[in-house]
Amino acid sequence: MGANHDHDPHEAAPAAGRALRLGIGGPVGSGKTALTAALCRALREEFELAVVTNDIYTTEDADFLRREGVLSDDRITAVRTGCCPHTAIRDDISANLDAVESLEARHGRLDLVIVESGGDNLTALFSRGLADRQIFVLDVAGGDDVPRKGGPGVANADLLVINKTDLAPLVGSDVALMERDAVRVRGGGPVALTSLREHPDAPEVAAWVRGVLHEARAAAAPVT
Amino acid sequence: MEEVPAALLLLADARLPAGGHAHSGGLEPAVTARAVTGLDDLRGFLRGRLATAGLTAAALAAAACAHAGVRPHRWRELDAEADARMPSPAQRRASRAQGRSLSRAARAAWSHPGLDALAAELADPHHPLVLGAAAAAAGGTPRQAAAVSAYGAVTGPASAAVRLLGLDPLGVHAVLAGLAAEVDDVAREAAASVEDGAEDGAGWGVLPAPSAPLLDLLAEAHVHAGLRLFES
Repeated sequence: MGANHDHDPHEAAPAAGRALRLGIGGPVGSGKTALTAALCRALREEFELAVVTNDIYTTEDADFLRREGVLSDDRITAVRTGCCPHTAIRDDISANLDAVESLEARHGRLDLVIVESGGDNLTALFSRGLADRQIFVLDVAGGDDVPRKGGPGVANADLLVINKTDLAPLVGSDVALMERDAVRVRGGGPVALTSLREHPDAPEVAAWVRGVLHEARAAAAPVT
Repeated sequence: MEEVPAALLLLADARLPAGGHAHSGGLEPAVTARAVTGLDDLRGFLRGRLATAGLTAAALAAAACAHAGVRPHRWRELDAEADARMPSPAQRRASRAQGRSLSRAARAAWSHPGLDALAAELADPHHPLVLGAAAAAAGGTPRQAAAVSAYGAVTGPASAAVRLLGLDPLGVHAVLAGLAAEVDDVAREAAASVEDGAEDGAGWGVLPAPSAPLLDLLAEAHVHAGLRLFES
């Protein structure tokens, strides 16, 4: 991971007394739901988790997560976005906020609520009113020029994930070039290369999220 | 001509972050049922919605706007009047979800005792109540609250039609322009229904209550649809 932990435009911790809210965005088919499932499997023993999905096709993503059995039913909520997934995470976050707050009200103390955006375009970005931190997920099959082109999600997400590295030789994508371009466009911000098919538990990304959660816990702890 | 406060225009703006973009006002199930396929059908759908659910909501919004400055507040009673005018449970849920979101947005923008009291009394108030109280907070009159409500009753589903059917947005806006006089008529009728009722709640029982059984049925059918892009 080309990590540079000094580069962080965000505040250190979420508002005290509530879960950290992690947005996961990116183009259609890049692996957002697979990553969400991976994070739930990796972190559910250590942390209290819940998930809000925004898939445009009814509750497809929520159903996938239930089928995978990564979390119990009552920890997954599906929000419909009226054909505009980016609107629901950026311009008008109210339905997602309501869903997050209902999960918090239902389960008491949660450590992490993941909001998974519906698949969208490269200009999508989570509002800071909704997500404390955000991950943007690309895949090598979407073209190895995508990191170079940049855009708000690629450039500014707290972590950029480039997924499906196992497919690179098959689709003629240069993973090293993608990583170099991504690090440059992101001013040194962290980039993770993953193959969720080969490593379905996404250890690097889980480690990054674990770090963010420990940091938030430390910041929320009373100063003695 | 009475002045229109700029603050009020925020409430009529489709960019208001109050959750409306994910609701189609029954248009999506109408599209699914192939009852709306083009501009002519859309015009008919909007006229029907305006005259029924639109008038009901506009009258409730006008009543709420008038009530926002009165003590003691009787928001629960007005909320019950709204409940009684929405036979479909799905519509009631959609109205309350949008009311909650609008309350959040309006209270972030303005501090107003009527709006705050409404939020304190009801966790999920019906949308027209919040719209009326927010209009009061923005310096608007009951007539203007009714206008914003009636306008939203047609512009929300029209925007959903552009997204669901790929209709020409210029054509859809021409339809909306053609309906403007009817929107004014509905807002006028809604505001007039409140003038006799006073601000303290007397007369709320006779606020307009036109019914639209097809919209009620479509709202219920939508809950069980295999593909739903809009909440309602």
